Amino acid sequence: MGIFSKIKEGLSKTKNSFNEKLDSVIKAFRTVDEDLFEELEEVLIMSDIGVNTSMEIIERLRDTVLTKNIKEPETVKNELHEILVNILTEGTDSKIETQGTPAVIMVIGVNGVGKTTSIGKIAANYKKQGKSVVLAAADTFRAGAIEQLEVWADRAGADIIKQQEGSDPAAVIFDAVNYAKNKKADILLCDTAGRLHNKKNLMEELKKIYKILDRELPNSSKEVLLVLDATTGQNAVMQAKLFKEAADITGIVLTKLDGTAKGGIVFAIKNEYDIPVKLIGVGEGIDDLMEFEAEDFVDAILETEENA
Amino acid sequence: MAFESLAEKLQSTFKKLKGKGKVSEKDLKDAMREVKLALLEADVNFKVVKDFINSVSERAKGAEVLESLTPAQQVIKIVNEELVKLMGEKEEKIQISSKPPTIIMMTGLQGAGKTTTAAKLGGIFKKQGKRPLLCACDVYRPAAIKQLQVVGGQLQIPVFTVEGSTDVVDISKQALRHAELHSNDILIIDTAGRLHVDEEMMQELKNIKAEINPSEILLVVDAMTGQDAVNVAESFNNELDIDGVILTKLDGDTRGGAAISVRAVTNKPIKFCGMGEKLTDLEVFHPDRMASRILGMGDVLSLIEKAEQAFDEKKAVELEQKMRTQTFNYSDFLEQFEQMKNMGPLSQIAKMLPGVDARALENADLDDRKVLRVEAIIKSMTPGERELRDKITPKRKERIAKGSGTTVAQVNNLIKQFEQMQKMLKQFSGMNMNKKMKRLGKMGIPKNMGFPKF
Repeated sequence: MGIFSKIKEGLSKTKNSFNEKLDSVIKAFRTVDEDLFEELEEVLIMSDIGVNTSMEIIERLRDTVLTKNIKEPETVKNELHEILVNILTEGTDSKIETQGTPAVIMVIGVNGVGKTTSIGKIAANYKKQGKSVVLAAADTFRAGAIEQLEVWADRAGADIIKQQEGSDPAAVIFDAVNYAKNKKADILLCDTAGRLHNKKNLMEELKKIYKILDRELPNSSKEVLLVLDATTGQNAVMQAKLFKEAADITGIVLTKLDGTAKGGIVFAIKNEYDIPVKLIGVGEGIDDLMEFEAEDFVDAILETEENA
Repeated sequence: MAFESLAEKLQSTFKKLKGKGKVSEKDLKDAMREVKLALLEADVNFKVVKDFINSVSERAKGAEVLESLTPAQQVIKIVNEELVKLMGEKEEKIQISSKPPTIIMMTGLQGAGKTTTAAKLGGIFKKQGKRPLLCACDVYRPAAIKQLQVVGGQLQIPVFTVEGSTDVVDISKQALRHAELHSNDILIIDTAGRLHVDEEMMQELKNIKAEINPSEILLVVDAMTGQDAVNVAESFNNELDIDGVILTKLDGDTRGGAAISVRAVTNKPIKFCGMGEKLTDLEVFHPDRMASRILGMGDVLSLIEKAEQAFDEKKAVELEQKMRTQTFNYSDFLEQFEQMKNMGPLSQIAKMLPGVDARALENADLDDRKVLRVEAIIKSMTPGERELRDKITPKRKERIAKGSGTTVAQVNNLIKQFEQMQKMLKQFSGMNMNKKMKRLGKMGIPKNMGFPKF
């Protein structure tokens, strides 16, 4: 199965709910008028894109329709498609950087979004490419988190550096950095404890971890991936904002896209903070993490049933 | 992109009308648009918002708003009332089965917080003198069982597991037998997170339900959930006929509009809410307060309640006496700080105040450690200095700074703060303490009563 169809399969439910609405909206209109725009705006809001971003998108759409003198509702849909893709790709790259030995990938986010699972999947992916991977179990807070990562390390065949539950996460990171350096590992993957972005002390802790990585591995690329649950609503924008202040986020991992949630909030985040989506999670299996392709993502969301 | 409060928005909508006299239907429509946007920004589901706006508009069209001198307040009042009505007007408890054990089954999506909440719930029952048993039925997520064992251990609640088994129906059956044999009167079953569209996994829950017939099936929902909350809640409710909802991660800064969506589509009450990572951080859900939070009006009621609990009545009377006679000194200042501390972390208190929005809090730097610094400074003063008998000279300031591990500038800051507080309290004297708290609520934190900035 190609990557493209895998994404589509993962997104099929996402697509269905969005699509049925979109198609029924498009079909209900014979001409392009104000009501059509309003209905389209509603569809965007329903996918968690947010009121402001949705209005902005519709505003852009309205301009395009005017300048291009578009009369067909179906063409309007294509324009919408283009606008959505543009937002996601404008000026950013969704490739994961892996420069230096080891290249650093740090995974952060609020509680329960799927950080540890995503790390397991990322590790398996790099192992498959023949790279050596070290996992740092720096979620020393949640009960069972270290054991959970151990299971994933085992599945992926990666090394894991850990300490006791409750120990200082910065110390775990420090150990892992040294271990990865000595072993000349290709990738150092750092798990961190889930934390709500409005907890000041926990965000300070994150800053400290990031600083250690920055100081100890000055020549390595540092990917800081914010994991977002696709079911999350407008609060995700605050998450992006505050996590960005603690560590320089380079990309988003959008998880749980195999449900009915649409993950539209990534448009708002890209629009406001210019953070691109890099990976998407479409299931619980070890292979269910995909590189993000904006075209495919929007395609899968907008494409009608017949063309799928 | 912090949220503006609905109150602010409505105020500005109606401000345009000043001098125009009466409110027209068009004005009302504008106001309703603001309400709609506020609810959507708070993640209430679009369809739910639409229905809600329709019913509120009807009421608002009545004379109450159109002829009111304070239309903004009237609209807020109506919106709030209707929201509370929608959310359920009273707190709801867990039904205790007349024939023990009471079986509670936790369900929900991945990462909602089922395992943590199961333990917290057990903790609440244990505190009530009951004998809860936790049962680990999340056999899929790596280390989920271990997680329940650890949190159960921390609360000294037994955790039932069957090594190596993935037959959750059998595990829950065995757990029930175990509970009966060991006279556990509460059995809490933790299940794996699952997608509501995963038919096979939903069937698993139905099988457990059919076998052990739980008295309470609770759906655990992340408070940050967006538009999809309706699909999730509707599916779980259709498949399992849930008895209630627990809203988690409400200690974040989300508005929590999912609460309304879930309630609206299931008509099932929200019974508890998760307020933090500590195992005691599970609270009874207050629908009326949630309504205020969603509207961005702060949680005045909760604050008042907290203040009432924490404020020592006797000390308050003493303090009042001091204010009257204007002998408020550093010892009193310190005492007041300690009372405030009893109310909980400052950031939590501040969040509950109306008019204090997320934006303001970002810069406010309400660090509890700063309170400790204030304590250190005051405690480094001599009794004479504390009671204002001795003037604090520059030399004394140096000594105080050394003693408290701070700088003279920080000591100066505190003194300034104290003097402002003194001044303000003089204005307050004459009111009783109760009124003062209420006034505090109305004003938000007065600027000069804020915590010293160092």
